[in-house]
Amino acid sequence: MEAFFQHLINGISLGSIYALIALGYTMVYGILQLINFAHSDVYMVGAFIGFYSARWLHVSDSPSYMNFFTVLIIAMVGCGILGFLIERLAYRPIRNAPKLNALITAIGVSLFLEYTGQIVFGPTPQVFPNILSDSIIFSTTSGGVRITRFDATILLTGVGLMIVLEYIIHKTKLGKAMRATSYNSQWASLMGIPVDTIISMTFVIGSALAAAGGILVGIKYPKIEPLMGIMIGLKAFIAAVLGGIGNLGGAVLGGIIMGVAEEFVVGYGAATYRDALAFGILIIILLFRPAGLLGHFSVEKV
Amino acid sequence: MINVKRTLVFPGLVLLACWGVGLIFPDLFNAYFQTLVIYSCINIILAVSLNLVNGFTGQFSIGHAGFMAAGAYMSAWLTMTFPHWAGPFLGINFFFNTIAGGLLAAAAGYGVGLPSLRLKGDYLAIVTLGFGEIIRVVLLNIDAVGGARGMYGIPKTASFGWAAGWVFICILTVSRLVNSTHGRAFLSVREDEIAAESVGINTTQYKVRAFVISSFFAGVAGAIFAHFLCYLNPNSFNFMKSIDVVVMVVLGGMGSISGSVVAAIIITLLPEALRPLQEITKLDFRMVIYSLTLIVLMLTKPQGLFGKLEVSDIWKKYVRRSS
Repeated sequence: MEAFFQHLINGISLGSIYALIALGYTMVYGILQLINFAHSDVYMVGAFIGFYSARWLHVSDSPSYMNFFTVLIIAMVGCGILGFLIERLAYRPIRNAPKLNALITAIGVSLFLEYTGQIVFGPTPQVFPNILSDSIIFSTTSGGVRITRFDATILLTGVGLMIVLEYIIHKTKLGKAMRATSYNSQWASLMGIPVDTIISMTFVIGSALAAAGGILVGIKYPKIEPLMGIMIGLKAFIAAVLGGIGNLGGAVLGGIIMGVAEEFVVGYGAATYRDALAFGILIIILLFRPAGLLGHFSVEKV
Repeated sequence: MINVKRTLVFPGLVLLACWGVGLIFPDLFNAYFQTLVIYSCINIILAVSLNLVNGFTGQFSIGHAGFMAAGAYMSAWLTMTFPHWAGPFLGINFFFNTIAGGLLAAAAGYGVGLPSLRLKGDYLAIVTLGFGEIIRVVLLNIDAVGGARGMYGIPKTASFGWAAGWVFICILTVSRLVNSTHGRAFLSVREDEIAAESVGINTTQYKVRAFVISSFFAGVAGAIFAHFLCYLNPNSFNFMKSIDVVVMVVLGGMGSISGSVVAAIIITLLPEALRPLQEITKLDFRMVIYSLTLIVLMLTKPQGLFGKLEVSDIWKKYVRRSS
């Protein structure tokens, strides 16, 4: 029973990272109907911006919350700019092209970031700087279930960012414009909403969340490399589909489910099937409920 | 009336020519060049067969590497376990093993296609991607075929003759198929699924057919790959391999067989052509240039190199008219 709770805690902590990345996928998909393959590499760049900014600020070996949040914000700003540039240079010119072309462009951007990363950051894995120290903040008397500071930080940062996002989407003018654009971008532009700016902002916000995910993964699993985004990106995307793509709450729910399911599979001895699990979940959900858990299924009409 | 000459004699002659060139091919060129040519052949088979699904039927599969893996492992396992089940000759065994690999891949394609081809667009893409990855992960866990260690010591049977012969069979099958009644049905599914359904075409059935045929040839390509490289590892058939094939199809033009052939050759040779650059700069810029080319091409020429035209159409349009 203790093992069960331990896996659950690990799973929720991992799941909140998936949720952060899945939010970026789902926001972009909601507005552009584009699977932004480059999102997983924005996450990788986020982790590396964290790595280098900690070095430049000389805080690589002085763990504190102050340093953690400084690095987090630098990475989020950096990736926000990157997201803006990707949208402006690669996606905007092909917005009206067929879907497959958009997808291939996204894959091209993704490959570009990965291999440029291999040249700029070097192909060997780097150790993420020690900007936050780990300790056990809660433990049962037998020590079987423990919550570490990393898990708590990841969860609280994740939840905090999601609350901020929720506020932006539902309480601000920008959020209202984003919802209108995702509902119908042509009508939105007729109502005087600057659709281009809104789409750029969506990319900026999504990329900033991915950067936060990168930093959180960096502190928990401190090995970062230019190809680290591929697998976690796919899983986060699956989380978004699982929850119902285009639906923010669904992305969070899907992320948590994915994280917990994965920890249980690893914890109960089928670790080699870890990656197949994600795709298995995906296939089952798409075959039986193609719109995802919280999505609405629309029927194509003539 | 079946035109016997057109149906049998011409393909027979071409296959004979492939066999003949295959006999002298190793003596004419060095090993590096031979490797490039055979890799090009494998990629042509993959691209042309995927074009049947992505280009002609308008579906969106990005899991081709999974079917390639199924064919590769099936044929290699047969060769390793029953070296002489179809007679004393290595070549005949290889031929039947290739077909067995293709059939297993086709069966996998049927199993994957039947449930998932109900989905459309991006969802279908993600499901095929998922199935491709699942095939890879399952292979990683089967110890009889080496698991994560890979499979060693497969006899090197695939020569230029085999590869070129299969390329020809693949191109012939796909081109004759799309120009037949069935091909019109494939095209109608691509153009407008609802309209196709309303004139009585069983769209799901045609999609599955295209998918099964395409998977068969992916399996054949895998078998040739296995018997040329002599070593198999599940990680050769990852997501990136599938993306490579999709890129070939899109680069050449969706719905153009000659486009796929040209694009497959370009994509195979481009990294090799850029090798001198790597030696000068000491940095691996090849993949960066590859990805940039991809983005620029999508921005400037989204319909691909050939669009929907074939070499013969271009010949008619530009060369014959001017004379």
